[in-house]
Amino acid sequence: MDFLRPSSLTEALAVKAERPDAVPIAGGTDVMVELNFDHRRPGALLDLNRVTELAEWTETDGKIRLGASVPYVRVIAELGEVLPALAMASRTVGSPQIRNRGTVGGNLGAASPAGDTHPVLLVLGAEVEAASVRGTRLIPAEEFYLGVKRNALEPDELITAVHLPAEVGPQQFAKVGTRNAMVIAVCSFALALHLDTREIRAAVGSAAPTPRRATAAEEYLGTELPWSTKASLTDSVKRRFGELVAEAASPIDDVRGSADYRKHALSVLARRTLTWAWNDFQKGERECA
Amino acid sequence: MRVNVTINGESRQADDVWEGESLLYVLRERLGLPGSKNACEQGECGSCTVYLDDVPVCSCLVAAGQVEGREVRTVEGLAEGDKLDRVQQSFVDAGAVQCGFCTPGLVVAAHDLLNRVENPADEEIREALAGNLCRCTGYEKILDAVRLAATRGETA
Ligand SMILES: Cc1cc2nc3c(=O)[nH]c(=O)nc-3n(C[C@H](O)[C@H](O)[C@H](O)COP(=O)(O)OP(=O)(O)OC[C@H]3O[C@@H](n4cnc5c(N)ncnc54)[C@H](O)[C@@H]3O)c2cc1C
Ligand code: FES
Ligand code: FES
Repeated sequence: MDFLRPSSLTEALAVKAERPDAVPIAGGTDVMVELNFDHRRPGALLDLNRVTELAEWTETDGKIRLGASVPYVRVIAELGEVLPALAMASRTVGSPQIRNRGTVGGNLGAASPAGDTHPVLLVLGAEVEAASVRGTRLIPAEEFYLGVKRNALEPDELITAVHLPAEVGPQQFAKVGTRNAMVIAVCSFALALHLDTREIRAAVGSAAPTPRRATAAEEYLGTELPWSTKASLTDSVKRRFGELVAEAASPIDDVRGSADYRKHALSVLARRTLTWAWNDFQKGERECA
Repeated sequence: MRVNVTINGESRQADDVWEGESLLYVLRERLGLPGSKNACEQGECGSCTVYLDDVPVCSCLVAAGQVEGREVRTVEGLAEGDKLDRVQQSFVDAGAVQCGFCTPGLVVAAHDLLNRVENPADEEIREALAGNLCRCTGYEKILDAVRLAATRGETA
């Protein structure tokens, strides 16, 4: 096995082109578990820790470009105002030690159906920036997840950043786990009210082979939300929304929860987060558009 | 491969390191620093917690090659000679140690918390220690130890 240590992005892309078998390692919180348990024996590790370009974020014209290796602890500390749902999801990842090392780029690279950032990226309409010596492309989050632990990256590509709109409006992330800290999600849910377009986006995690949007629920809410009167939502609207979110999922039974439980929990998360997000909208705190 | 790293202020070298090896393995098996404990090797228990460039991490999840040229501080590096750090002393005084397996990791995590927050609330302590499992104590005495350490001034 080789340990490859590029010190710039250009060098990293050149190395990846030459050694497509090299497994990138950023925080290592997924990769090292696989190595420690001998689940993976790659030809080489490609250490991204020295590639400083990947550890930066910038904001331009209301868009955030979040470098692939910015750890969760910094998303929480530095981006809570502009990307509240991503910060909420980051806060639920693992433990402080895991959040100090783990990255959004690594979450995308692993593409676990249970990754906490995925539903948030879907509801924000994020784009994944992938680069290779052949050039750079933007992959819509929706097209990025191909299956359990499979993503749309080519063998010579690295994830360089994620592009996200800042402050779209009220947004929420919620997750059900078997304890408070250190658990992967039994199921998770993200919701965003895009104030400029009055579009609602909802997505479920850990409840299908890939994270996915709940489009029927989004469309239903689109016709029901009293945007102009800001009236409170009726219980029946919230309940129907919850049902449609649950229907979007195709969960499995496993040790962490049954399929039925996951569907039920999702409908509860959907109702709750909708109430919180609508309250935010009524208060107009984030009405910046 | 060879790895050069500063550990507890001293520059050290480890040879014949396998490229997929963890920092924890290098510390314990190659550099004779058994303070960091190996219990799960999957980031779940926190007993291998060390500082990497002043940030607490699970050393079982850091590839040895990633620490080349960087600074690591282990539980061994918190005491000054025979004088225990205030967090270590407080764990002893509060009786927060039973089998002691989780202690080094908890001490590093608590040390970091008190560096950042002078007088943490109980929720902050619980949050900061959420990645460290203890099989024996029931955590109450650990909380006592951290509260006690907070009353004892500055951390080195
Ligand atoms: C104890 C524990 C608890 C956890 N809890 C959670 C949790 O609550 N929620 C959650 O979502 N996850 C959790 N995880 C999983 C993990 O922490 C996250 O998936 C994290 O985001 C991975 O980031 P990383 O930088 O450590 O990735 P790494 O382990 O470095 O990499 C992960 C994958 O992504 C690839 N990769 C990394 N960077 C790039 C890049 N720039 N381009 C292309 N590929 C790349 C790697 O090759 C690898 O396949 C947990 C892990 C542990 C050990
Ligand atoms: S041994 Fe590293 S977290 Fe358990
Ligand atoms: S004292 Fe035994 S595990 Fe904590």
